[in-house]
Amino acid sequence: METLWFIIIAFMLAMYVILDGFDLGAGIIHLLAAKTEDEKRTILNAIGPVWDGNEVWLLAAGGTLYFAFPQLYASSFSGFYLPLIIVLWLLMLRGAGIELRHQIHNTMWRSFWDVVFSVSSILLAIFFGAALGNVVRGVPLGADGYFFEPLWTTFTVTPDAGILDPFTVIMGLVALFTLALHGANYIAMKTEGEIQTRARSAAVRSWVGTLLTSLIAFITVYTIRPEIFNNFRDYPWGYIFPLLGLMSLLSMPLSRKRGKDTLAFISSSVFIGSMLSATAFGLYPNLLPSSTDPQRAITIYNAAAHQYGLSVGLAWWVIGIVLASGYFIYTYRVFRGKVTLPPEGSGY
Amino acid sequence: MNDALLIDRLQFAFTVSYHYIFPQLTMGLAFLIVILKILAIRKKDETFNRAARFWAKIFALNFFVGVITGIPMEFQFGTNWARFSKIAGGVIGQTLAMEGVFSFFLESTFLGLFLWGEKKLGPKGHLISAILVFIGSWLSGYLIVATDAWMQHPVAYVLSPEGNFQLSNFWELLFNPWLLWQYLHTMAGSVVTAAFVMAAVGAYYLLASRDSHHGKTFLRLGVITALTASLFVLFPTGDQQGKNVAASQPVTLAAMEGVFKTKEGVELTLIGQPDLEKFKMDNPLHIPKLLSFLTYNRWMAEIKGLDAFPKDQWPDNIPLLYYSYHIMVGLGTIFILVMVVSAFLLMKKKLFSSRWVLWVLMLSFPFPYIANTAGWMTAELGRQPWLVYGLMRTAHGTSPTVSAGNGLFTLLGFLGMYFVTGVIFLFLAIKIINKGPEEPGS
Repeated sequence: METLWFIIIAFMLAMYVILDGFDLGAGIIHLLAAKTEDEKRTILNAIGPVWDGNEVWLLAAGGTLYFAFPQLYASSFSGFYLPLIIVLWLLMLRGAGIELRHQIHNTMWRSFWDVVFSVSSILLAIFFGAALGNVVRGVPLGADGYFFEPLWTTFTVTPDAGILDPFTVIMGLVALFTLALHGANYIAMKTEGEIQTRARSAAVRSWVGTLLTSLIAFITVYTIRPEIFNNFRDYPWGYIFPLLGLMSLLSMPLSRKRGKDTLAFISSSVFIGSMLSATAFGLYPNLLPSSTDPQRAITIYNAAAHQYGLSVGLAWWVIGIVLASGYFIYTYRVFRGKVTLPPEGSGY
Repeated sequence: MNDALLIDRLQFAFTVSYHYIFPQLTMGLAFLIVILKILAIRKKDETFNRAARFWAKIFALNFFVGVITGIPMEFQFGTNWARFSKIAGGVIGQTLAMEGVFSFFLESTFLGLFLWGEKKLGPKGHLISAILVFIGSWLSGYLIVATDAWMQHPVAYVLSPEGNFQLSNFWELLFNPWLLWQYLHTMAGSVVTAAFVMAAVGAYYLLASRDSHHGKTFLRLGVITALTASLFVLFPTGDQQGKNVAASQPVTLAAMEGVFKTKEGVELTLIGQPDLEKFKMDNPLHIPKLLSFLTYNRWMAEIKGLDAFPKDQWPDNIPLLYYSYHIMVGLGTIFILVMVVSAFLLMKKKLFSSRWVLWVLMLSFPFPYIANTAGWMTAELGRQPWLVYGLMRTAHGTSPTVSAGNGLFTLLGFLGMYFVTGVIFLFLAIKIINKGPEEPGS
């Protein structure tokens, strides 16, 4: 049962990264890909009807984590106190960038929110990547199961490292390039003309960045946390995840060359999903490894709520997710196809 | 009280009070928009659709600020109240996670469709998405009040050997006896806010001699709804909520009513300042025996005063609790009076020309916000010194590793962010109201 909830939460987080990832990515490339006012509005209209729903996956995953693994929720949220609150502020700013921009027809007002939207998207991607880096690297858990990480300390990968150290910064860059790639693929799929061309070239450039940073990250993980590869040794079927990730990454230039933007977008979705699955597979059964004493790691067994709560939760979770998937399929059907720019005053 | 605890409490109190300014309008307005959409279809009158679109703009702006100020609420359980989350997450995590899975997906999806899909959906489909937004927001309210109800009146749990609360009965948690009245009371309060806001905008249009057709619609709908909802806030929901407090939290009742000494036939204090040093009420204005009657339906019933309870069980800020409660009740009474007069004039077809009543209606919209906030302050200050009533003290719920300095950093950050957000919200809301419901070309 604990394993099932581990998979469910990994699934919800992956859904979050794939779905909100493309609108974050659209924000990352917003200032690069869109030059004119119409192009900026095109990008915002491409993500406008869906970004809020995408972000709900983060909330839903957070809530689910809370009830399934209360100990993990308590320990990690208080331990990552500062970065988490900063992420909240960035999410607020980014939302404001999207939703407030179109309220006033004024170039100063609009360029201000464009920058807010883009910069907060960039910083969020880096923070999310660094967060994943912290989970992989492990945190200095105390005997009572709590810890506290400042934003940075000596900037070396040591047990008393802060949130940002060379490794987690690399992970932040992996996330930045990957989401830029994903967002560029989405915009290329949803638009036409000049902006599509620019989105495609942004995708090519961030593809190179993704490949390089991923390789560096892979090597670094191998040196600082080799344990993560144990599960793959013991259960070789797990190699399917990194293989799938690699294939989808390598296939992207092919679909690009043939002008198949939808296929490229599907590939970057698969890439994100499978790389996150590979990480979760390597971590299991750990939820939060300890960088000091391995015995102190928070695992699915010592962090889970009791069986009764987990079983009841499963019943409503399945119903809820079936409903939510239905809404999502419906919305994406209603807003399918290329974005047509609505007249000023309706839409973004 | 050590510093970190104080900062954690201030930060939660500030962020949650600020946040609740927005959902109370969201939930009430979702209801009123559904009514406008139904009127549009029933009466085949396009002006109701224009009115609905106008309120949808305010709704969208308001909803958006509610969302961005709401996300920090869920996260703060973990960031600032880690020990509480660890111990109680097995129970209240259920309702919080259900809120995400059941209501947030519903709300966000259909709000997007409601705002941008009117043409694609057609009138029926558009009404249905309005109804689903309404259901989503009221469901969200239910699950949040369920979470609070568990903290006020813990049920359906067992204590595990490690000292954590674990859920023992799902349905008992969702149908906590405390929950029903608290939920209805809260929802009625949110409808009062939305109806007052609608009436205020209507009154403004009439006073400013513009959009008078819409102004009259807003006034009619606002006044009738506000009167009904204000009465429902008082009776039966407020009355039953008070009886729940009397039964389960007698010391809270004593503190909020300002009852110092246990006796029979206790008076109801209308105005007065609780003086904890001299252990009496200063400058009291009261009605004899009424509190005993309201609480137990007997004029001579005994009510326990603060003297009946050890000091470490008292709520830790009795004067603030007392004032919050009296502000809420006082304002609630004034709302009923204002709306009875307005409804009477509306019936006599004199409301639209009674300028002084329109002025009152226009200026009174902030007060339901104050009353709702004061109501929540009554509930949550009344719960003190407990985090989970009778089981876990607030002081034992904080995060052990988050220092006061780090806490103050984020508290100041929230103050700054929310101040700017508030300024922008007001600026844009005023702009929408000034632009009015009429659309170019219609």
